Amino acid sequence: MGRRDAIAEPWGSRTPYGPGEPWPVRVDAHLAEGVSAEQVDRWVPSASVLHSNGDAMDIAVKDGRIVGVRGRAHDRVNHGRLGPKDLFGWQANASADRLTRPLVRENGRLVETDWDTAMDRVVARTRELLDEQGPSAIGFYTTGQLFAEEYYTLGVIAHGGLGTNHVDGNTRLCTATAAAALKESFGCDGQPGSYADIDHADVIALFGHNMAETQSVLWTRVLDRLAGPRPPALVCVDPRMTPVARAATVHLAPRPGTNVALMNGLLHEIIANGWVDHDYIDAHVVGFDELSKRVEDYPPEHVAEICDVPADRIREAARVLGTAKRLMSTVLQGFYQSHQATAAAVQVNNLHLVRGMLGRPGCGLLQMNGQPSAENTRECGADGDLAGFRNWSNDAHVADLARVWNVDPMQIPHYAPPTHAMRMMRYAEEGSLRMLWVSATNPAVSLPELSRIRSVLSQDRLFLVVQDLFLTETAQLADVVLPAATWGEKTGVFTNADRTVHLSEKAVDPPGQARADLDIFIDYARRLDLRDKDGRPLVKWHDAESAFEAWKECSRGRPCDYTGLTYAKLRERGGIQWPCTEEHPNGTERLYADGAFFSDPEYCESYGRDLLTGAPFEPTEYKALNPDGKAMLKAAGFLEPHEQPGEDFPYVLITGRTLYHFHTRTKTGRAPQLQAAAPEVWVEISSHDANAEGLDEGDLMEISTPRGSVRARLRISGIREGVLFLPFHYGYWDTDAGHEPVRAGRAANELTLTDWDPASKQPIFKTAAATLRRVTGTDGPSPAPTTTASAPVAAHVPATAGGERADAEEDPRPSGEGGER
Amino acid sequence: MKIGLLLHELHRDENDLAHALLRVSERHKVDHEIHHVARDLTRWSQGHVRTLADLGERFGTRLDPDPVDETRTAERLRDKAGELVGRKPQAALLLLRDLREIYVKAAGLSVDWEMLAQAAQGLKDAELLATVQSCHPDTLRQMRWANAKLKDSSTQILVS
Repeated sequence: MGRRDAIAEPWGSRTPYGPGEPWPVRVDAHLAEGVSAEQVDRWVPSASVLHSNGDAMDIAVKDGRIVGVRGRAHDRVNHGRLGPKDLFGWQANASADRLTRPLVRENGRLVETDWDTAMDRVVARTRELLDEQGPSAIGFYTTGQLFAEEYYTLGVIAHGGLGTNHVDGNTRLCTATAAAALKESFGCDGQPGSYADIDHADVIALFGHNMAETQSVLWTRVLDRLAGPRPPALVCVDPRMTPVARAATVHLAPRPGTNVALMNGLLHEIIANGWVDHDYIDAHVVGFDELSKRVEDYPPEHVAEICDVPADRIREAARVLGTAKRLMSTVLQGFYQSHQATAAAVQVNNLHLVRGMLGRPGCGLLQMNGQPSAENTRECGADGDLAGFRNWSNDAHVADLARVWNVDPMQIPHYAPPTHAMRMMRYAEEGSLRMLWVSATNPAVSLPELSRIRSVLSQDRLFLVVQDLFLTETAQLADVVLPAATWGEKTGVFTNADRTVHLSEKAVDPPGQARADLDIFIDYARRLDLRDKDGRPLVKWHDAESAFEAWKECSRGRPCDYTGLTYAKLRERGGIQWPCTEEHPNGTERLYADGAFFSDPEYCESYGRDLLTGAPFEPTEYKALNPDGKAMLKAAGFLEPHEQPGEDFPYVLITGRTLYHFHTRTKTGRAPQLQAAAPEVWVEISSHDANAEGLDEGDLMEISTPRGSVRARLRISGIREGVLFLPFHYGYWDTDAGHEPVRAGRAANELTLTDWDPASKQPIFKTAAATLRRVTGTDGPSPAPTTTASAPVAAHVPATAGGERADAEEDPRPSGEGGER
Repeated sequence: MKIGLLLHELHRDENDLAHALLRVSERHKVDHEIHHVARDLTRWSQGHVRTLADLGERFGTRLDPDPVDETRTAERLRDKAGELVGRKPQAALLLLRDLREIYVKAAGLSVDWEMLAQAAQGLKDAELLATVQSCHPDTLRQMRWANAKLKDSSTQILVS
């Protein structure tokens, strides 16, 4: 049994292994001070909710309280390991400032009330708006952090009950492009690959994906391969010197906003050198001629100019990718939150298609998620798409969904694409969306251009309902605040970024009167008296398991088929990947084996969009392009970003995350070890730019864009020249200001611009033009972590460490019940 | 041969569409996607203007290769009113009218490109045909964009 400071050593000790071998088990655990494993009353199975990896864990319960967590040794995802947010994040559940009673606004102030009063207000306002204007007045903005049963119920209420088209999740900010890119290439959402592809790959390519921080346990798996015999080569595309970049065989750090040019350059080399599987393409793929023609315009020298990356390094990366025997690729925010997001992410799909590397061990493609249950938001219809990956543009799919819900097909909005989050904000701004129900997300910190978002959300004419654990910045602007239960306090399933479904069980009671999100939604449907076409209740379930059974029926026959799963089976077996059916009772490790896709025109989830204009294709256009249901290569030309650096704003600002925090820190800011590891906002600059400007580590800087300014301490890091980085986690709830800046801004989104990828509608967080100036000199190093991409170039900065309270157990040879799941 | 006349019309109409797209972009700044994409699509029409001027030389028609100047147009049109009416419902109706105009202009151009393609085939002029085949899809995408935006905007605007 080993021990580690899990803040100082987030990935822990190595358990090396070679290609094709199983990843060794290492069980990580952390218990509250003074509690030993023997004293724990119960271990309750669950999985991580502070990232998308889905690390399986048992929650330790003692005297009705959560006292720690332990990784599950035999789960397919993590083989026992836990990351820092898994080990420490649970403490936020017991924070003293949890919401325990509903709040309503009275004379401008939020006051405590009971559930009847709060829900009656919500229901009364709903009825008024339905009578006055109809469902177009009402929108729902949810999250990537609830459970499948909750999303499904919300989708049924919004689409089948009210009939509004205004439903989206904050997955719009994190994985909308993953879904859009998969739809473009394969006609349907659903990640093709498996985490186990890491065990087999000889090349692993990470495109805009700082896996070391976003999925720390998955990165542990890569590190263990790197430490073993015949390690894989790594290709990294990232403008920051991330832990991934430091471990990479080839690191490309392009100018932000040029991913499409870079990808076209790589594909140019791969096609020109004949590193192409023509048999695979002939049998399974359409669009090769157009792609070849398009990338002809992107020889390495030209791309080198656009991206400011050496041409030889582009050639080198192309050679590694082009000669890989088993290529695994992952994609995340560096591509998704950029200009031309979908077009860039699709080129990674194209890379795998032209190389014929899909559906086999090691040939994994993962368009990653950022949040624990983003996959469920998408498949259950809470991102606005129709439940079960049904195609809103296919009348037969709408009719089928109407059959499942027993409603008239006209009741389900399908006249246009679903209204995305930024569009909902626009409707609220112009006054046609008059009630917005926000669940488990914090748009007043996470959406771009915050001064605008605050002014939209604080309008008197907008009835704002916020359902959350804490009085977030957004909740402070609400008319009704509903206290919700969270992970560990309620039961449900959620699905990670490689389609692994976990059951997360209730371990303890929620505080005060807080209720499960599912119970709140069901209560709303009952109070509104939503009925199906035969006059029976529309929502026919009453608890998590009955909701799961209903969702399973909805998923039957669709790509995300859950019909082979039950709570009992998940309890017994741990994580299982969908599709899981009677024919495939053990789930499906990889999609698209043997080149069989979900893209038949009658079956596919989407007919795709024009990658540049975002215009949806008509069914006839899709059928002409892809009559036989093959995979589709989609080409795209490079377009300059809309906001370019210039004289007044000479830098490119990118925003992002750090290992120790999640989203707007509502939970991680309340876990002492995590908060101490990254206590305050910082700004990163390259040493070249710091020298040129005469700046020192720790200087207090003011960073400005045409939208606002933020103050932060300077970290001189390995980021590329001309680029500034700000973490987006830091809002105002733990400042005196409450929900907005009093003087200097702190939230990175004060600075970001309102612009999005027209194809995925994902906002752009990676290409704002910015400037900075020194406010005061340094009084010590900046508070940025030293263990991560924000590592300082200077030697004198003290290393980030967690001390005794961040002590975690590491057991490579576990015995007893913790391992046997 | 009347190809010069057709080129003249195409040149005028592409300039006109570029101008209309810029106006839509400026007027609907608060509808961010319209603002940005309309500006991106303007560049295609401006490119077509240059291409048509080159073609004009071959067919004896003098056409100005410089498209309607972006900055001058933008300045002339810069209409603070666009932002000021951002919270009023009338702006939304104006948006539908503007998108309809883009759609109609692009549809007219699409027909003109088709006619030019027919002429190119009659002349067995492979170079002219290739030029049409590279420009016409842009026009169709501009048209589909306007149509798609109309479809996904009109419900909310008309029923609320």
